[in-house]
Amino acid sequence: MSAPETILSVRDLSVAFHQGGNTTLAVDRVSFDIRRGEVVALVGESGSGKSVTANSVLRLLPYPAASHPSGEILFKGQDLLKASDAALRDVRGNDITMIFQEPMTSLNPLHSIERQIGEILKLHQDIEGAAARAKILELLNQVGIREPEKRLAAYPHELSGGQRQRVMIAMALANRPELLIADEPTTALDVTVQAQILELLKNLKEEHGMSMLFITHDLGIVRKFADRVCVMTKGRIVETGPVEEIFTNPQHPYTRHLLASEPKGAPRPADDSQPVIMQAEDVKVWFPIKAGFLRRVVDNVKAVDGIDLTLRAGHTLGVVGESGSGKTTLGLALTRLIASKGRIAFVGQDIAGHSFAEMRPLRRRMQIVFQDPFGSLSPRMSVADIVAEGLKIHEPSLSEGERDRRVAAALEETGLDPATRWRYPHEFSGGQRQRIAIARAMVLKPEFVMLDEPTSALDMSVQAQVVELLRDLQAKHNLAYLFISHDLKVVRALANDIIVMRSGRVVEKGPAKDIIERPTEAYTKALMAAAFNLEAVRSEAISQ
Amino acid sequence: MSAVADTPPVAPPRKGLLSPTNLRRWENFKANRRGYWSLWIFLVIFVLSLCAELIANDRPIIASYKGEILFPVVVDYPEEKFGGFLATTDYRSDFIAEEIEANGWMIWPPIRYSYGTTNSNIPHSAPTAPFWLMSKEERCAGYPGGAADPNCNLSNLNWLGTDDQARDVLARVIYGFRISVLFGLALTICSAVVGVTAGAVQGYFGGWTDLLMQRFIEIWSSMPVLYILLIIASILPPGFWILLGIMLLFSWVGFVGVVRAEFLRARNFEYVRAARALGVGNATIMYRHLLPNAMVATLTFLPFILSGSITTLTSLDFLGFGMPPGSPSLGELIAQGKENLQAPWLGLTAFVVMSLMLSLLIFVGEATRDAFDPRKTFR
Repeated sequence: MSAPETILSVRDLSVAFHQGGNTTLAVDRVSFDIRRGEVVALVGESGSGKSVTANSVLRLLPYPAASHPSGEILFKGQDLLKASDAALRDVRGNDITMIFQEPMTSLNPLHSIERQIGEILKLHQDIEGAAARAKILELLNQVGIREPEKRLAAYPHELSGGQRQRVMIAMALANRPELLIADEPTTALDVTVQAQILELLKNLKEEHGMSMLFITHDLGIVRKFADRVCVMTKGRIVETGPVEEIFTNPQHPYTRHLLASEPKGAPRPADDSQPVIMQAEDVKVWFPIKAGFLRRVVDNVKAVDGIDLTLRAGHTLGVVGESGSGKTTLGLALTRLIASKGRIAFVGQDIAGHSFAEMRPLRRRMQIVFQDPFGSLSPRMSVADIVAEGLKIHEPSLSEGERDRRVAAALEETGLDPATRWRYPHEFSGGQRQRIAIARAMVLKPEFVMLDEPTSALDMSVQAQVVELLRDLQAKHNLAYLFISHDLKVVRALANDIIVMRSGRVVEKGPAKDIIERPTEAYTKALMAAAFNLEAVRSEAISQ
Repeated sequence: MSAVADTPPVAPPRKGLLSPTNLRRWENFKANRRGYWSLWIFLVIFVLSLCAELIANDRPIIASYKGEILFPVVVDYPEEKFGGFLATTDYRSDFIAEEIEANGWMIWPPIRYSYGTTNSNIPHSAPTAPFWLMSKEERCAGYPGGAADPNCNLSNLNWLGTDDQARDVLARVIYGFRISVLFGLALTICSAVVGVTAGAVQGYFGGWTDLLMQRFIEIWSSMPVLYILLIIASILPPGFWILLGIMLLFSWVGFVGVVRAEFLRARNFEYVRAARALGVGNATIMYRHLLPNAMVATLTFLPFILSGSITTLTSLDFLGFGMPPGSPSLGELIAQGKENLQAPWLGLTAFVVMSLMLSLLIFVGEATRDAFDPRKTFR
């Protein structure tokens, strides 16, 4: 079998951004080829320049702030960087199409589904009316939207995230493109939906003989999905090759580092002799829906609906579920940041009825680390002030010097240089910021820490380091963790027990090993298959 | 790395002048040339007007009398000291002036009139025109020695003429400018404090607090403010502080909206939630974590509120419900201009001073708004 023709050839592409007199080189002389019917993955961590590379193929960057100091992008022999605007418009959405990460914002909220897809058909194929409608229905069928006739008049907000991404794909396929550029198409989706979308893309690619440029940070997806892979870091492609070769025999140190960065290791063994730190019975958080003139409660949104749990010192309880399953709400209820019903006992005290003032002395013993390290640190306070804030409240008698020493010690414990404590959060990377957030919790020497997706916003290699850090801290201080996450790989590396949540209720609970290896409920099975093997399970238990 | 904790703490570096964000804002402010120059011009005029007593006064700054150094600007000396009989000395009277000159010397301010001083040597009935519109004989006609009288000199002449009570217009403008700006500043700062507090409480606590205060503000701000001001001003004795209090009753409402919106937006930020999880009290969270967000909106607002306050005071003065009679006031000067159309320098002076002051403040306000706009980029 002779090698298929090359349809896209990127040669020595550089991208520079000019801002306020400064020029930064985001992409530095990158070259790669895509052959017909091939899936090429661009892998890299945030800021590596992979999205910028993908966007420059269709010249979608904010010109003239962006410019190309060097390079050419040959699509079937035509240099897209030098093509006229009219020629480029002809290529965009026709020969080369793109799907984006965020299905929420990449569809126009004011257009119905029929109109969104119809616009593309009209522009490039000049099909209108009944013919267009038939074509749209065919496309929706192809991308697996159930009952497409009923969906034609729907608006984006009426669809789930997965359905929106399917509509985006239908729009991208409308003109039977030769190349599909997918920029992190599944990152914003739940794992079960991600598996479905990946399967869909794979089937469509085989049916249409399309090529794909697939941008992702997730090595699991690359391994499952791509034919060839380009590893990017700091604007350069450091290694290119067939998937098996890269995964089995990586050459470049960065690739090795990336491959080694999956969260590994096992949680500390469970020890039932440890005291119970947190015990909850029948915890409920209901948000009332009010209607009518008198605002009577007609129904409730049951965000958390009758959850029992027990957490011992030195143990980690993983709370797993897809978005909207109520796992964060449960965490907030247990730490008494939102009102709830049911019994919550913390170190033997019933805290369910405690007021804010009564909770205050207990606050130092229960701490929270949030998901977004950019949002959870006040941008106007120095790191020292951020970490010291809790000390000022709970140990006001500390002298200035003693407090400073405690702050420095906490920063050092979390692996940060204490000399940097006078800087402001924006001067730190995502991983460092998450360490600062952990230091803020640790400086008070708590017994219970709620970790609300502490690794989700971080790059893969940083995730592994943070997991490592959390495990070390747990061993050192015998901490109890409530670990909330949708990322089962991270949960596997940390949790002793798991609660699987769905729509505010527990689907399955038990020791982590049993749940991951021998799930009994259909939903849990689908979740595990999607998370660890990227396999979509046809099941009524999961939603589209 | 373990040695680091024992080393003495690194001194917090460059806590000093400006944080990087503020430095960028200051650069943006300077990039707006018009606003930058307006700020300097305004500051110079304002600082000069703060020293009004040294520029325009009816008593000398320093005098020497029989070997004793006197400071009439700050100390009230009884006239007995110089052989007169009044409780406070009238240094402008010929008798006292000659007595002091005979036994020492006097250093006068450049303008020898205070805002209330009447010029008893005007050439004809008040108002009189600026001296440079009259011939030398004409403008010195009121002095006993005519054109040759030594008192008919530049600092005794009226640069901008006199008003209908023979008071020097330039002196009144200098004092009037000062009191307008001070009143505006005081009102702006007080209403910012009240308004920001109210907005903060509303936005932070939300719910019923927000609902009730919002309804109250809607009713409060639909009151016919000017009429209420007129009614109250006609009952209470007029004065700086009373006027300030009355106008404060209504002016704080302007700040509530923006501050409330900022607090509503920011109270769900994760760092606010993180602070709450640390057990930080509500007042501290509001002050330390939320207020800095709202300050941008507030600071952007300030110059415009300032010019609004000045205009309100001027219009009350114009209607005669403002500062007590006799005080230097731009509004009163406009009223005089309207009463005395035959003396156009009154109205013209008031117009020029008002429009200069308000334009400068608006230009400064525009530059401030640009400086705080994160989307605005300059070359």
